[in-house]
Amino acid sequence: MAFFLAQVLTGLANASALFMVAAGLSLIFGVTRIVNFAHGSFYMLGAYIGYSLMQVLPGSVGFWGSILIAGVLVGLIGVIVEICVLRPVYRAPELFQLVATFGVILVIQDLTLMVWGPEDVLGPRAPGLRGVVRILGEPVPKYDLALIAITPFVALGLWYLIARTRLGVLVRAATQDREMVGDLGVNQAWLFTGVFFLGTALAGLGGAIQLPKGGADLLMDFNILTAIFVVVVIGGMGSLPGAYLAAVLISVVNVFGVAYLPQSTLVLIFVVMVIVLMVRPYGLFGREEVAGEHGQIGEPERPIKPANLTTRLIVMAFLGLLALLPFFSSTFAQVLVTDILIFCLFAASLHFLLGMGGLVSFGHAAYFGGGAYAAALLITYAGSPMELAMLLAPLAAGLAAVIIGWVCLRLTGVYFAMLTLAFAQLLWSLVFQWGEVTGGDDGMVDIWPSAWASDTTTFFYLSLVICVGGILMLRHAAHSPFGYALRAARDSARQAEATGINTKRIQWVAFAFAGAMAGLAGGLFVFSKGSVFPYELEIAKSFDALIVVFLGGVKTLAGGVVGGAALEGAKDYITRFEYWRLALGITIILVVIVAPDGIVGSLRKAAERLGLIRDPEARS
Amino acid sequence: MKRKTFLQGLLGIAAASLTVTGAWAQDTIKIGEINHYKRMAAFAEPYKMGIELALDEVNEAGGVLGKPLEFIFRDDQGDPGEAVKIAEELMTRDGAVMLTGTILSNVGLAISSLAAEKKYVYLASEPLADAIVWAKGNPYTFRLRASTHMQASMLAEEAAKTDAKTFATIAPNYAYGKDAVAAFKAALLKLKPDAEFVAEQWPALFKIDAGAEVQALERAKPDAIYNVTFGTDLAKFVREGTDRGLFDGRVVMGLLSGEPEYLDPLRDEAPEGWIVTGYPWYDVQDEANKAFVDAYMTAYDDHPRIGSLVGYMTVQSIAAVLEKAGSTETEAIREAFADLQVSTPVGQITFRAADHQATMGAFVGTTTLRDGRGIMVDWTYKDGADYLPSPEEVKALRPAN
Repeated sequence: MAFFLAQVLTGLANASALFMVAAGLSLIFGVTRIVNFAHGSFYMLGAYIGYSLMQVLPGSVGFWGSILIAGVLVGLIGVIVEICVLRPVYRAPELFQLVATFGVILVIQDLTLMVWGPEDVLGPRAPGLRGVVRILGEPVPKYDLALIAITPFVALGLWYLIARTRLGVLVRAATQDREMVGDLGVNQAWLFTGVFFLGTALAGLGGAIQLPKGGADLLMDFNILTAIFVVVVIGGMGSLPGAYLAAVLISVVNVFGVAYLPQSTLVLIFVVMVIVLMVRPYGLFGREEVAGEHGQIGEPERPIKPANLTTRLIVMAFLGLLALLPFFSSTFAQVLVTDILIFCLFAASLHFLLGMGGLVSFGHAAYFGGGAYAAALLITYAGSPMELAMLLAPLAAGLAAVIIGWVCLRLTGVYFAMLTLAFAQLLWSLVFQWGEVTGGDDGMVDIWPSAWASDTTTFFYLSLVICVGGILMLRHAAHSPFGYALRAARDSARQAEATGINTKRIQWVAFAFAGAMAGLAGGLFVFSKGSVFPYELEIAKSFDALIVVFLGGVKTLAGGVVGGAALEGAKDYITRFEYWRLALGITIILVVIVAPDGIVGSLRKAAERLGLIRDPEARS
Repeated sequence: MKRKTFLQGLLGIAAASLTVTGAWAQDTIKIGEINHYKRMAAFAEPYKMGIELALDEVNEAGGVLGKPLEFIFRDDQGDPGEAVKIAEELMTRDGAVMLTGTILSNVGLAISSLAAEKKYVYLASEPLADAIVWAKGNPYTFRLRASTHMQASMLAEEAAKTDAKTFATIAPNYAYGKDAVAAFKAALLKLKPDAEFVAEQWPALFKIDAGAEVQALERAKPDAIYNVTFGTDLAKFVREGTDRGLFDGRVVMGLLSGEPEYLDPLRDEAPEGWIVTGYPWYDVQDEANKAFVDAYMTAYDDHPRIGSLVGYMTVQSIAAVLEKAGSTETEAIREAFADLQVSTPVGQITFRAADHQATMGAFVGTTTLRDGRGIMVDWTYKDGADYLPSPEEVKALRPAN
């Protein structure tokens, strides 16, 4: 009994920082509809700023003052980010803001490294709260008790703010229908800024208040990200009581997991999340997502059309040039281009799902890595030849997509995206944990191509044929009746169904198709590298693909490919510099602000303005 | 629809710029060094400083084979796929004669597999995984630092000397943690067949729930605890464990916990009385080691870490192997590595022909606090050769042979 109680207390203490950070994320999402991926970065900033302040301010007052000031300072940084980065892109296509927040993550990471250096920082102890109290004989740290006591006050304060003040009324109204709030004369821009301040300040507070239990390090931002997403999704996006309950649930479940199933530390929270979402698709306290926007934001999308003769000739010429690459360049150039081609196919498959299907998947790396692992497992355990493994890789990835798609497509919008993320994490944990078969994080090595393809140049040609073939197939699918049906389901599910299209099934097929194509890229990838590691299934990999699709341009057919080539090519060059993340982050943010149509879309517009190509709508 | 235009344009530009920048002066011997300079800066920077110190010394003494030795440092972000690409670039474009580097075992394994496939020599300087020289060992890969098996065996030997009967382990839930626990268990059970393992805790790497882990360990009431956590996990574990009295009256062992990289950030909260492997640079008396520490502190105004020592020894090993080979041809270097002898700050080490593992050992001692920071006392240097299986046993461990 005493042990049980002590466990629950530990869980409650752990829930404290988690709740504050997650509540901030939930608030921001509820009002602005922005999934703030940079939220973990604000948490990290809170920890570092709090640490620095505690070095200067003495005593108990200094300690608690530092935590509060850290919260406020992080909130102010949040305001700067909101005004400079997010405000210009509220009008951009849906979820485009995501990419901007990716940029913010990169910038904050490098700035933190510059200011505080690489070494981990150990958090100062809370004055007067060192040591333990014995409760029924079990030692409970005093600071844990302080955290358990403080959290409800923070929660109550937030509740009062939201439920009892005019600001709260506006926030709640905006959560339900922000356009109506705007029409009623409320200054939306400042409401958003205010909410962003509150949300990021909470993240900063969470970062500072956990200092005595740990410290600050440069991996904090990504380490907390999955946990807070899980909390927000389980609690229901935008719901504060939901966030509190989910934070407590997750923390307590985790503590008991550690005690009774020590191996489960990686998977447990995702299993809980999947179960909750199966039973309550919109979280414990969430409501079904009302289409926050009336129709799509931004200008209407143009119909896609097959490339004209000039474009085809240009593409053919460049493909021909690419095929001649081995004759005029170094071996390494072929290795690099092979890498780029594979990444382009991966990006194109996500682009198909996202651009044609309107299905934003946060976990597309599951299929890329899934295909790579399928090929590696076949080679290692079945001794199958490369050709067979490469053929089965897309099938295995497609099968995974069929199963995952079946579950995820029950939901829409952000919940769909979150569920795909959860499944990608589940797959990652499975590969990571099941060391006997997958080698865990030591990966699977010595997966090399058959003798005939092992030469760099031969493998380059093989990749060229498969990747270009795959991309053409995706493009062809977009122009087929299937592609039309998919776009109909994206633009108006109700009208599409009225015309007899089974939208869910079409989307399901598209999900599986995109997964299979990503698996094909993964199969090629493993043979080009000779090894595969769980890294290929990580969130970061999914994010990479998302970034390039948005950068290339969601609403253009070539977006994925162009974005993939641009980013992968640029990365090879800029990663040679010291602070390349800062440079990349700023570039991404600038592209998002200056060219919200992505690279392809913007160039097309520029060309139209210059009269180089004709605007199809100008004729009508 | 400029569908492919940009792709090709970019590729063309990238390819062109790559071929142009490839023209270096050809009068140095180049070594390709790949590491996680950004992702693990606290570990990789001291390592790089150790390399640069040794390079200065080697080149001042006239270089190797009459030419200056040069390292090309490249950052792989800790991504194995990226590391493989960089390795290709170093070998085919930059004119490196061999590869070295990495701290993370998985990146080391990826490069080692590439080395075997493309026939490049690779000296794995810091990664610890046993698989690099055993299960996945290959003719082209060699390893310098004392492996997981060696360091865990040293701690198991110390553990067997205590009268602890029941043991609990806590290790990060990934390959290194699992290897470290398995190696310790096997070594301990050999020395102390009646030892009993009563709890195994597996926190997620860098996401430890320290309070819960400490409670779970306490519940098992072990006589001794074997710790493999490191970095921020270690800091949190030590803090919660000390607060809740977990370490009182128990034997605690920490793999690598005595290395300055791990001990320094804990400052005055470093645990006392733990039996650890590490590097007590502050107390070394041995002439060669003292000379290294002094030279390092003069050069950088900072103290060496274990990474600095490994970096320094990496250059010494490479210089020695090139001299012995008398050439920079891959096959000559590979053959010269067999039973190569190198004089280093920790004494003479040998790259064993049987499994390509160097006999670099480790320092084993007890932690304590001095002047507000953790140090090792009562330490001894254990020669790695004593903790490696015999060449006959190794044959069974290395399927590639």
